[in-house]
Amino acid sequence: MPLENEILVRARDLRKRYGDHEAVRGVDFEIQRGEAFGFLGANGAGKSTTMRMIGCVSEPSGGHLEVFDRDPHTDGPAIRARLGVVPQDNTLDTMLTVFENLTVYAGYFGIKRKEARAKAAELLEFVQLTARSGDQVNDLSGGMQRRLAIARSLINAPDLVILDEPTTGLDPQARHLVWERLFQLKQQGVSILLTTHYMDEAEQLCDRLVVMDEGRIIAQGSPRELIDTYVTKEVVELRFGGKHTTALAEIARGLDGIGGQIEPLPDRILVYTDDADDTAAALEAREIRPTSMLDRRATLEDVFLRLTGRALVEDEA
Amino acid sequence: MSVISYGLVRARLEPSGSMLARNWVAMRRAWVLVVSGGVESLLFLFAFGFGVGSMVGDITLPDGTVISYTSYVAPAILANAAMMGTLLETSINVFAKFKWMKVYDGILNTPMRPGDVALGEVWWALIRGGIYVGMFVIAMGAFGLLDSWWSLLAVPASVFIALAFSGIGLTLATFFREWTDFDWMMAVVFAMFLFGGTFTPVEAYPGFAQPIVYVMPLYHGIELVRGLSLGDFSPMMVVNVLYLVALAVAGTWFAQRRLAKALYK
Repeated sequence: MPLENEILVRARDLRKRYGDHEAVRGVDFEIQRGEAFGFLGANGAGKSTTMRMIGCVSEPSGGHLEVFDRDPHTDGPAIRARLGVVPQDNTLDTMLTVFENLTVYAGYFGIKRKEARAKAAELLEFVQLTARSGDQVNDLSGGMQRRLAIARSLINAPDLVILDEPTTGLDPQARHLVWERLFQLKQQGVSILLTTHYMDEAEQLCDRLVVMDEGRIIAQGSPRELIDTYVTKEVVELRFGGKHTTALAEIARGLDGIGGQIEPLPDRILVYTDDADDTAAALEAREIRPTSMLDRRATLEDVFLRLTGRALVEDEA
Repeated sequence: MSVISYGLVRARLEPSGSMLARNWVAMRRAWVLVVSGGVESLLFLFAFGFGVGSMVGDITLPDGTVISYTSYVAPAILANAAMMGTLLETSINVFAKFKWMKVYDGILNTPMRPGDVALGEVWWALIRGGIYVGMFVIAMGAFGLLDSWWSLLAVPASVFIALAFSGIGLTLATFFREWTDFDWMMAVVFAMFLFGGTFTPVEAYPGFAQPIVYVMPLYHGIELVRGLSLGDFSPMMVVNVLYLVALAVAGTWFAQRRLAKALYK
């Protein structure tokens, strides 16, 4: 029986520096057994670097890190023996078949051949690749390769599975297949750690998450808590015909004082508000008439835009 | 040997064994490629040994013994086969796995360490080199070039050559950036093959060139294999062996350091 609130990963002021560039600038977090923990952030936010440090394939430059109550610096192999890793680029062995990718990988964990074959067959079933068992890896689609990488990460019955952007680059159908598998893992009680820049992914899969930006954690909590804390209940999306970017920014300035925060995007303006009807009335009072007005519940994406919104503005410049 | 130390040795070697197993599985479908490398050396033996040998006939060694040129050249070509087999396996194939296929990136997410990877690649290179050497020795025997049972010692001697060059090849693989770098390696290898004492005794070279030859790893391999297959033992063989072993250990150690630096980023 796993202990209640058993902590699998503990990081305090964790840092990673590459030359002059500090990729991770002092992050603190704890990951508990049984939870699905997410790292949300744009590219270059420091997510993958943090994953690599937890995976004991990157030495922290500062701070404190413990995985399974052990020190990655001295106990790397012992920690890795209990981890399952799905890297961003899969790193499947292209010289081997689908089935061999699993059995050979099992060998790296010291799993005996007979057990490895049984486990491999079982995992191929789980990721729905049994029919492709004898194929070369390069003949698989991107989604299948990712599923194979997920199966491979489970070969040692890990205590924690680390997935770095599990659905990046996959088509919508393939994404759903991956999500389905991950959801099933979660239900089996496997602890999952994933990075993503897809809000819907984080919202669907994560019990708890941190938002990273420029090497720092800028917010953490459950998806619901984050939405409650950082954005209003509702969001009104305003579009003004074909107007975009600078024209929209101009209009946005005229919206000051209406609702909560105003976020001009390239194609629309977001108005955060607790009451959409009030906002509509206020717009009418100022004689601002958008061509379309959409009222919806706030999502994690809004949290993300709110927290890192300026990044978009910088991108435009 | 106590049970504990046996267990320790086993625990140390098992991970590199699984790297070896991976290469075995990967190459199972490509044995023709592996074997074709050995054929090349046999062609050399025909061309130089029998072709040139038939024109040169017998030669007199610096110490006064007279032997056929073919028996003089054959052990050197054997040494060359051991070198090429392991050097190509470790340099080109390891480079491809390291930089192109990213095979090691996946492996290092397991309990395997860079040292296990490097050692596993050495075992595999030894097997590949061993296949070439085996093919070659059988051919030598078939052509009557093995003068005594002692000459079978050329086989274990070749293992030292294979060891040394797998260490060197591994290190080179971590330094290479693109395929053109291999042209440089092949140029050096060819120079060693031509001037490392394959076709003439070192004493035939001008004085200034001799120290260069002594540094060449292939020279030490050739001396060792030739001495053994001709039954001509000398204390210098100890130096040859030590030199080759030192290269093997240094190369493998250095390579795993380089792998760790490149992959543990």
